[in-house]
Amino acid sequence: MQLSRDELIQAYRKMATIRAFEERLHDIIATGEVAGFTHLYCGQEAVAVGVCEHLAIEDKIVSTHRGHGHCLAKGCDVTGMMKEIWGSREGLCKGKGGSMHIADIDKGMLGANGIVGAGAPIAVGAAMSCKLDGEGRVAITFSGDGACNQGTTFEAMNMAVVTKAPCIFVFENNHYSEHTGFEYAVGTQKDIASRAEAFGMKVWRADGCDFFAVHDTMREILEYVRAGNGPAAVEFDTERFYGHFEGDPQNYRGEGELDRIRDTRDCLKIFRQKVTEAGLLDEAVIDELNEAAEADVDAAVEASRAADRPTAEDVLTDVYVEY
Amino acid sequence: MAKMMYRDAVRLTIAEEMERNESVVVLGEDVVGGMGTDGGPEAIGGIWSTSTGLFDKFGPNRVIDTPISESAIVGAAAGLALSGKRPVAELMFADFIGVSLDQIWNQIGKFRYMFGGKTRCPAIIRMAYGGGYNAAAQHSQCVHQILTGMAGLKIVMPSTPEDVRGLLRTALRGDDPVMFLEHKALYAVEGEVPDGDWTIPFAHARQVTSGEDVTVIATGLMVGIAEAAAEAAAENGIGVDLIDLRTTSPLDEEAILDSVEVTGRLVIVDEAPPRCSLATDLAALVANKAFSSLKAPIEMVTAPHTPVPFASELEQAYLPSPDDVEAAVRKTLAYR
Repeated sequence: MQLSRDELIQAYRKMATIRAFEERLHDIIATGEVAGFTHLYCGQEAVAVGVCEHLAIEDKIVSTHRGHGHCLAKGCDVTGMMKEIWGSREGLCKGKGGSMHIADIDKGMLGANGIVGAGAPIAVGAAMSCKLDGEGRVAITFSGDGACNQGTTFEAMNMAVVTKAPCIFVFENNHYSEHTGFEYAVGTQKDIASRAEAFGMKVWRADGCDFFAVHDTMREILEYVRAGNGPAAVEFDTERFYGHFEGDPQNYRGEGELDRIRDTRDCLKIFRQKVTEAGLLDEAVIDELNEAAEADVDAAVEASRAADRPTAEDVLTDVYVEY
Repeated sequence: MAKMMYRDAVRLTIAEEMERNESVVVLGEDVVGGMGTDGGPEAIGGIWSTSTGLFDKFGPNRVIDTPISESAIVGAAAGLALSGKRPVAELMFADFIGVSLDQIWNQIGKFRYMFGGKTRCPAIIRMAYGGGYNAAAQHSQCVHQILTGMAGLKIVMPSTPEDVRGLLRTALRGDDPVMFLEHKALYAVEGEVPDGDWTIPFAHARQVTSGEDVTVIATGLMVGIAEAAAEAAAENGIGVDLIDLRTTSPLDEEAILDSVEVTGRLVIVDEAPPRCSLATDLAALVANKAFSSLKAPIEMVTAPHTPVPFASELEQAYLPSPDDVEAAVRKTLAYR
């Protein structure tokens, strides 16, 4: 289905924002200005945006340790997120969560997660809630080729099928679970979707580096799930441009691998090429969107540097609603 | 006043709260039972008969029978709670926290804090714990000593049908995650329960017997054990101030410290093994905050540092008994 000019602009803008956000963090973390464990989403932007462009605020997503892209795609505030990663009390989670625990419940973003595979059961619960409300909403869990090996993911897939929960299992296969290759760690060689299929779900497969492939596939999946057919799963083949975490020397990568994927598998480049060749957007528009994304990130970094720091008293608050 | 069993107090309270608030949802393995069998739904109604009739009354969207998948049960409760529902998940046996601990500990207990106080996770995880049924090492354990150390969770251990009613209402109307620990040996115990819609606040210990000679602290099944010991002691003119904590997190510190200030002698009764436990935690609290009141070393009557054994003779030896408690009371009184 052809997207309108505005829809194309919005989608690219979001992908460009995630890219700018992550590239900037990569540079800043190397200087030591930002602390903690950070896992960059760079390279996978087409998946988060291709999925979330279909979602309303009432639809829920559950994310991963590599969650910045999902947060931004679902509508989390760029500056609020950057402040959180900076550890500011003005951050989305008051500096108590950090990169791996960003959530924005009001936006339907039920949390990044530091535990690989923990998100899928939570998404099933969110999907049960959607089913109970009966308004055609869905819950989506993002998992990687690492999380696809966790028992929690298996339990969640089976339970979603058994309870006919409107849950969509989005598997982002970036070929690495931390520092271990997909070829080694996933027993069903070259295939995650078939696992989901074995649990009784209808499955799809698509190129996760092509925004249009992701977006078209998700449209079909969402029609299927919103119609009350129970859960579904999809495997997107994608690329991770950086290491498992920032600081990872990545000496497991093949010769020239990073250059090759940057050259041939960059979802932003692929998007640009497709829309310009088709005459849908011109180069200048894309350049402007990139510049606007950079400007947003500039502002977010500047605001984060100036933001309030938490105090020792803040340690003790927010454990319970009632004490 | 109505006389009812502990298990009926659980079931009735859940049913009433489901009636009262449509966001209350029940899930767990065999909470309906019989799904996919010739016997059909409600063939079981929960192995503890704590969810009987709920499926017929509230339907499959609110009474969700799940596969044996504890991580997914607790995880689904987490997702339901984050989405504005009030899930009551049943883990069947408390021992099964082992296969669902990440969702309890790293997820529901931490959401509010990790997300900067901007969310509520009112998930209730019910589980049957404790010994006395020859159920051996993987179906007889206490888990409060593990869960109490986890910030973000509230730990509730009712010892009577009345307390089940009051504490479960509080849990279901609150906004924090609650581990609701039901002792399996108490399910068939009957007790008087006041009529009407009343609640018992957390961190509000119950004075079971009053006395000025020795303070005894207990929870769950151990309250009855300690009460038997207190009655025996009373016959010998010893006054026991028996405190049922009701909740171990939050903890009614004041009730403990006030009592020890009067008696100067403390016996802690705990069904869990003694290392890094509730008993040691309470002993540390009193040693630290009421040291000058103490007239004798703190006595701890606990299970030994072993798994729970199977054979009746072994399990009987494992579990604290009224005689053990009475002996500890005498020992602390004998200290000069």
